[in-house]
Amino acid sequence: MIAPRAPRPAPESATARLSRLLTMVPWLLARQGVDIDVAAAQFHVTREQLESDLQLLFVCGTPGHLPDDLIEADWEDGQVYIGNADAISRPLRFTVDEALTLMVGLRALAATPGVTGAAGGTGGEAILRALAKLEEATGEAAGVAARVRVTLDDGAAETILTDASRAVQDRRRVRLRYQSLGRDEVTERDVDPMRVTSLDAHWYLEGWCHRAEDTRLFRLDRVQSLEVLEVDGTPPDAAQLRDLAGETYQPSPDDVLVELITEPDAAWVADYYPVESVVDLVDGRRQIRLRAADPTWLRRLAWRLGGQVHIIAPATLAADVARDADAALAAYPPEVLRGLGGDGMPRTPLSAPVSDPAQLPGNAP
Amino acid sequence: MSVQPTTAAKTERLLNLVIALLSTRRPLTKAQLRAAVPHYQQTASDEAFDRMFERDKDELRDLGIPLATQLVAAAYDDELGYRIDRREYALPEIGFEPDEVAALALAGRAWNQASLASSAAAALTKLASAGVELDERSVVGIEPRVRTTEAAFAPVHTAVKERRELTFTYRKADGTTSTRRVQPWGLTQWHGRWYVTGLDIDRQAERVFRLGRIDGSVTPVGRPAAYAIPEGHVPRVLVAASEPAQADQEPAVVRVRRGAGNTLRRRARSVEELDESWSRVQLDFRDSQGFAQEVAGFGPDVVVETPEIVRDAVVRLLAAARDRHTSSAGEATTRGGMP
Repeated sequence: MIAPRAPRPAPESATARLSRLLTMVPWLLARQGVDIDVAAAQFHVTREQLESDLQLLFVCGTPGHLPDDLIEADWEDGQVYIGNADAISRPLRFTVDEALTLMVGLRALAATPGVTGAAGGTGGEAILRALAKLEEATGEAAGVAARVRVTLDDGAAETILTDASRAVQDRRRVRLRYQSLGRDEVTERDVDPMRVTSLDAHWYLEGWCHRAEDTRLFRLDRVQSLEVLEVDGTPPDAAQLRDLAGETYQPSPDDVLVELITEPDAAWVADYYPVESVVDLVDGRRQIRLRAADPTWLRRLAWRLGGQVHIIAPATLAADVARDADAALAAYPPEVLRGLGGDGMPRTPLSAPVSDPAQLPGNAP
Repeated sequence: MSVQPTTAAKTERLLNLVIALLSTRRPLTKAQLRAAVPHYQQTASDEAFDRMFERDKDELRDLGIPLATQLVAAAYDDELGYRIDRREYALPEIGFEPDEVAALALAGRAWNQASLASSAAAALTKLASAGVELDERSVVGIEPRVRTTEAAFAPVHTAVKERRELTFTYRKADGTTSTRRVQPWGLTQWHGRWYVTGLDIDRQAERVFRLGRIDGSVTPVGRPAAYAIPEGHVPRVLVAASEPAQADQEPAVVRVRRGAGNTLRRRARSVEELDESWSRVQLDFRDSQGFAQEVAGFGPDVVVETPEIVRDAVVRLLAAARDRHTSSAGEATTRGGMP
């Protein structure tokens, strides 16, 4: 994979810088003598930039701008002291977006209180208390925040989420009974937990799987049981967290290249799965190429979409779909088959998939 | 990351203006402000100062700084005066308990990879500036996250915030596109996707649009605050209402091969072991077509006994999948073999 090229940083606008300074002054006032590098890290700037900010503060002040009117800033020996900045000693109130991110985030967390419960808090109750205080402090922004909703999860059992979060915090190994949906099997795995994370409406446990001898993401609504073992769960040095900025599943060039054509009603397949390429054909059909480590899930997709998906390559996969569909049909009485699906019978057109595609097998293990 | 000298000068001017407006108890007229802020003193003409001050005022308001105006008595006539009320300006003192702080840190960090990431980070920094100690260690390893990968998110979010009408090209599930005019009411993330709910102006009805299906650009129309959002509108309800409803019906009975169909077994009403190879499982289902698709996905490992409507739907799906892939083998042979 080619790493995305870092975008060239746009020059900072005067208002963006002003905004930082107005937050920085109260932060420094509350932490007199703080290390300059700590301050720079807090504001995501270089030490050089922070010094330049302090120099700018130094020449600002109340009207008159005599020495006594100016803000005092001292950062000799790498420790920052600020003074004479009464007018801006409190941070500016939240913008609508700032209040909104916190409030929408809290409301989303309130639906899965197990997570904050494990984080040393009292879970749902603490979230609601924090939310009430924010609402009171933000006034108008609270109204806008109410118009934006996020659902972090709709499946994982709260106890499993709580236990998984606690195991991460306490560095304890866990034993999972895990159902891989793509393969329809249940496996038992010992895992050294590294983090609990949510992504696209599901919670995951990421950790070093002793069975796979690699890091794995386990979707918590597929965990049948999670037992926290009396064993240290510090992952081996080789264990590395994945970069989840993109997809939950990152195709590897070694994966099997699958080519398929979707009928118009299954056009969403290209939007839903990570694909390599999509070509729009005539009549709303699409030709899709994607990579899959284990193409088993594509057989399931072909069956459930009953002819709306046509696997072109690999040919062996297409043959599997036909053979096993035939085997499945053999279980039904001949009179049922004659009436509905026998060769040569008119194919009944299918309606668009009514069930949410989120129920389809995803790409986690 | 160096700052352009002109930008530095402007930051200095804006900061001096903010401090002057915060430090005064009586509103300051433009003339007084021109005298109070060094860079304004240096402007070449009244017009140049006026232009600069008007722009600065707008930029401060864009940052959320509550710049108030009030008529004050001046030499010849009443004149507009400006000031910033400190109580309006400052983030109120909020005493958060440690467990509330942990929840706030998680809530803010959830936006790390979303288009509002900088707002969330700024909010947490402001809390830290107000003296709230955010102890990152208490939430290490726990990462809720909200994503906004849809290109339409930022413009739609702005329109929801401003209550401003939008127009965009929308692609339905069947691939057909049409231009829609919408008064957006709310944004909802549901099953990992963003939806905008609102009034479809041409249809005069509430509608839900998936942001991922908006093709191309989103264009705001008209003024902000152009309409009222119905009282009690909860976007989530509208999105959920577009999902199939739970129907009251008899459970389905299916045979499931031993060791397979685990998702079905987990939510079964009952599981009865028939022999070494098969179990009989009773299941509640929502709509027969969706359930039939789920069952068909198990291929030869699940066989429907009742009801007929599900059984027939599964047979149709499997037969269609088989026929589609049988003919593909034929086509491939034909393509390869014929001149």
